[in-house]
Amino acid sequence: MAEAAAAGAGVAVRPRPSLGRRLRGDQDRNLWFWVFVGPFALGLLVFVYVPIAWSLYLSFFDSYNTVTPTTFVGLRNYGDMLSDPAFRSSLTTFLAFAVFIVPTTFVASLGLALLVHRARFLQTFFRSVFFLPTACSYVVAALIWKMSIFSGVRFGLANTILGWLGIEPVAWLSVVQPPWYWLVIVTVRLWLQVGFYMILFLAGLQRISPTLYEAAAVDGAQGFQVTRYITVPQLRATSAAVLLLLLVNAFQAFDEFYNLLATSGQYPPYGRPPLVYLYYVALGQGQDFGHGSAGAVILTLIIGLVAVLQGRVLRLGGRD
Amino acid sequence: MAIARSTPQKAGSALRYVALGLGAVLFLVPFYLLVRNGLMREADITAPDWSWLPPVPQWGNVRELFTDPAVPIARSLANSAVIAVTQTALVLLLSGMAGYGLARIPYRHADKVLWTVVATLLIPASVTFVPSFVLVSTLGWISTLRGLIIPGLFQAFATFLFRQYFLGFPKEIEEAARIDGLGWWGTFWRIVAPNSWGFVSAIATITFIGSWNAFLWPLVIGQDQSSWTVQIAVSTFLTQQTSNLHELFVAAAVAILPLVVMFVVLQRWIVEGVERTGINE
Repeated sequence: MAEAAAAGAGVAVRPRPSLGRRLRGDQDRNLWFWVFVGPFALGLLVFVYVPIAWSLYLSFFDSYNTVTPTTFVGLRNYGDMLSDPAFRSSLTTFLAFAVFIVPTTFVASLGLALLVHRARFLQTFFRSVFFLPTACSYVVAALIWKMSIFSGVRFGLANTILGWLGIEPVAWLSVVQPPWYWLVIVTVRLWLQVGFYMILFLAGLQRISPTLYEAAAVDGAQGFQVTRYITVPQLRATSAAVLLLLLVNAFQAFDEFYNLLATSGQYPPYGRPPLVYLYYVALGQGQDFGHGSAGAVILTLIIGLVAVLQGRVLRLGGRD
Repeated sequence: MAIARSTPQKAGSALRYVALGLGAVLFLVPFYLLVRNGLMREADITAPDWSWLPPVPQWGNVRELFTDPAVPIARSLANSAVIAVTQTALVLLLSGMAGYGLARIPYRHADKVLWTVVATLLIPASVTFVPSFVLVSTLGWISTLRGLIIPGLFQAFATFLFRQYFLGFPKEIEEAARIDGLGWWGTFWRIVAPNSWGFVSAIATITFIGSWNAFLWPLVIGQDQSSWTVQIAVSTFLTQQTSNLHELFVAAAVAILPLVVMFVVLQRWIVEGVERTGINE
């Protein structure tokens, strides 16, 4: 503190040194801070903060097809979006999707991590196999799911297997009742992301101190008891992070819905999560930036709320 | 410690391997289908009877794809490569430097700056695609490599991870460098950066995968065929025409090949890297 004050006083008395002089050595911390952080901070300002502010601004205007908003409409866009049955149904779609995907991914990745962690032979092999789909994009996975596994015709893999069992072919993606398309959408994402979360859980498992297991063994804990009373509680921090990531990622679902359900320029009205809906509102025929922006702001608020709530719940739930 | 294992333990272990084996087969089937279909004739893919192997492997499918004038596959691959490599390199540079500044240079308002970075983590990038699209179209960057590359360079998450990593970098090494007369710049480039390859490669891998597999932004910005990435090329193929299935599968295989090769070659590093990014600390 005293040193900083002295340096400040020195600068006030002496004439301002040249830039080259200030850059030499590290007497000028402020300048050096901005040399390191400035380029990133400037980009963040221009490409993240400015668009967000702009979006907020546009959400209060009628603005179609243009970057210059015309009529101020106050909160009307927000009212329209909140009472728009299609937007509300997109939120329901997200909710249904999250209810399927978050618990299944969580359980499957934790289960795989426990299995792989305890495997003595071929551990690296199994880990690689489960992690490999992370290299695959949603587009490519959607192609395999739509055209090869869950193809609605008889030659698809799923229908071939059903055929062996004497069951009629199922039109997986093209019918709403029964809603088989959910199975297709959930399994794609499960396959793509389980390996990544498994790796996070494996890292968590490796950090658990062996002395805890030794103590449990001395106390006579066995098999499942050890998992339940030692392993799972020790993974609390990892679990919290995984849950948050799963929720945020589910909220951003776009790629697989778009690629699995769109056919030849048509997109069915069912099964649209919020991002797909906003994509069609803002960048479809109407180019309706006003309503699109209002929808984006609503979504951001919901995500923020969920994140804060989850942080609260998980922290309140487990003070060790 | 050779403790004789009891029968239930052995049974449990056998069961575990059965589960792992079944899981491994399930996880590999999609890759197998991709390769199988890519090597079949269109008629074989849609044949009424299932066949595990292509009746006659069609290696010519690859050449057919690359010479098909309807699909700009070579151009798309080139675009994807340019975008992914540039973004990865620049994200490392920008986020690495910013992370170091935030972790090490005692600037009065550093906390406030950090807070403005972390706050954007709560706002998922893809929710802001509408305003970003408006910005990029105002700049006239639609269908340009600039428009595809630049808005994705400012990754708050990478900067935050770099900061956390640099906080844990051994301070004594840096202090020794200071005594030898190096400033912030010299210490960062000559001491800290060369000793951080493990972490740098982890962030590089994650950034590269994200960039190569990105879909929504390239879909929004890459409106002309000349600016398509390989993901957009495959998606357009998939959602707008369903003929030439065999070509479509070859295109998909080509689209994931670079990452699969990377995974196989660098797999140990990647796994370590993901573990060490420390999002679960």
